[in-house]
Amino acid sequence: MSILIVAEHNNASLSSATAHVVTAAQAIGGDIHVLVAGENAQSAADEAAKLNGVAKVLLADNAAFGHALAENLATLVAEQGKDYSHILAPATTTGKNFMPRVAALLDVEQLSDIVGVESADTFKRPIYAGNAIATVQSTDAIKVITVRGTAFDACEMDGSASVETIDAGSDAAVSRFVGEELAKSDRPELTSARVVVSGGRGMQNGENFELLYKLADKLDAAVGASRAAVDAGFVPNDMQVGQTGKIVAPELYIAVGISGQIQHLAGMKDSKVIVAINKDEDAPIFQVADYGLVADLFEALPELEQSL
Amino acid sequence: MKVLVPVKRVVDYNVKVRVKPDHSDVDLANVKMDINPFCEIAVEEAVRLKEQGVADEIVVVSIGEAKAEEQIRKAMALGADRGILITTDEAPGSLSVAKLLKAVVDEEKPGLVILGKQSIDSDNNQTGQMLGALTGMPQGTFASKLVVEGEEAQVTREIDGGLQTVALKLPAIVTTDLRLNEPRYAKLPDIMKAKRKPLDKKTPADYGVEVRKTVNTLKVEPPAERQGGITVGSVSELVEKLKNEAKVLS
Repeated sequence: MSILIVAEHNNASLSSATAHVVTAAQAIGGDIHVLVAGENAQSAADEAAKLNGVAKVLLADNAAFGHALAENLATLVAEQGKDYSHILAPATTTGKNFMPRVAALLDVEQLSDIVGVESADTFKRPIYAGNAIATVQSTDAIKVITVRGTAFDACEMDGSASVETIDAGSDAAVSRFVGEELAKSDRPELTSARVVVSGGRGMQNGENFELLYKLADKLDAAVGASRAAVDAGFVPNDMQVGQTGKIVAPELYIAVGISGQIQHLAGMKDSKVIVAINKDEDAPIFQVADYGLVADLFEALPELEQSL
Repeated sequence: MKVLVPVKRVVDYNVKVRVKPDHSDVDLANVKMDINPFCEIAVEEAVRLKEQGVADEIVVVSIGEAKAEEQIRKAMALGADRGILITTDEAPGSLSVAKLLKAVVDEEKPGLVILGKQSIDSDNNQTGQMLGALTGMPQGTFASKLVVEGEEAQVTREIDGGLQTVALKLPAIVTTDLRLNEPRYAKLPDIMKAKRKPLDKKTPADYGVEVRKTVNTLKVEPPAERQGGITVGSVSELVEKLKNEAKVLS
């Protein structure tokens, strides 16, 4: 049995999501190879070589992979992956974009967003916005899997795999990258932060999020938001936590002015400790919160920040 | 240009589903069903393309139980022109759905296929991408903006760090994210008119597609219950508890 992990990176460095996938691969068992497909991605490949337990890194360096366009990447991964028993990638927007395409090229189903490994062919995954956990068994020859990062610890970076350059890749020429707008932030990344502070509709406007940013800076926390806060234009959509946004599982999640709809809970209810601050004592968020404070957030937040 | 919009019948997104006591599945008996919210956004986008003069016909397709006709009728009430219902005995997996859709694409030759990014029941997020692989079409997933210009579709995509824009050669596949648009409500006269719009009823055999199942659900369980929490009386009590009881603050 051998496993191919498709690394996530920005060409210059490896994303932390990949280290979580390695842990899932270790639970399946077998030789682990990592594929780094990118443009001038040598440094990302060198980093991938340090992932614990990885036997070999394959580097496909080609301008066609510069922006991880699904059409080009899927063709490469299906070609490289056809002799492996498992192909894994993180369930990030990049992984979700190209992996189903890989699965269809290999004529197999994909197992999305797994949260547990039972055996080499049996996995656990959430369905219905996390309201049920399904145990699924695949009879496909190749298991194409995306892994929920928050469900597996990151592996150590103490390995020393060899990096092998493969000559592969071409541009399908049906799509091209036009541009991107990335939100800049000095705070920790939402999906890997130890503490997350999130605001909802109760924040009332974008300026009031300043209260959360101040608190977050004291706690070295990332700042998230509910869909209501994003839709109201308080904050950009890459801050959204929930079924359709990011899934987080920090040690401490502080939900401020968030009612706690099931779609939001799907994104944060695996957090170790949940704190809810809300003035509505009937808000559903209090049913999942370890510590609830029924209070006006505009009084509670400055007081909380002061007391830290 | 013709636009093809696949829609799925799923449990209403406001319903909190419960797992059956025998752990075979979730209990969907007597639960309100609706069109998948992302599919509704796909229908709305297609209707807007028609209103802009970009699209001239909107075809809706649904695959699954016969009752999915309700969801096709709803899409027609929102502005779709005709429907195709492919009935299957049991719920097909994403790959089988993609293969059936490929057959429909071969027959209908749409310029654009607009799907929801995921269905809120299986939460797979696969079908659009799989259809892309099978047809060779480029894909613009998680779209928050779609502009069709000449032979190209420019799609702004919601990615983890922000937004990315890609240009796709038509025909292309677009999957919708929540912020692409706000779907309209169906008006009563349109609901009445939708009842008379053409609907083709088909089976997978009509397309020569075999519905195969390679992923079997062994068990469905409720997620681990969280321990009941406590309500604290003040901010200072909260901080004290977080430091000394939960030990998540130093």
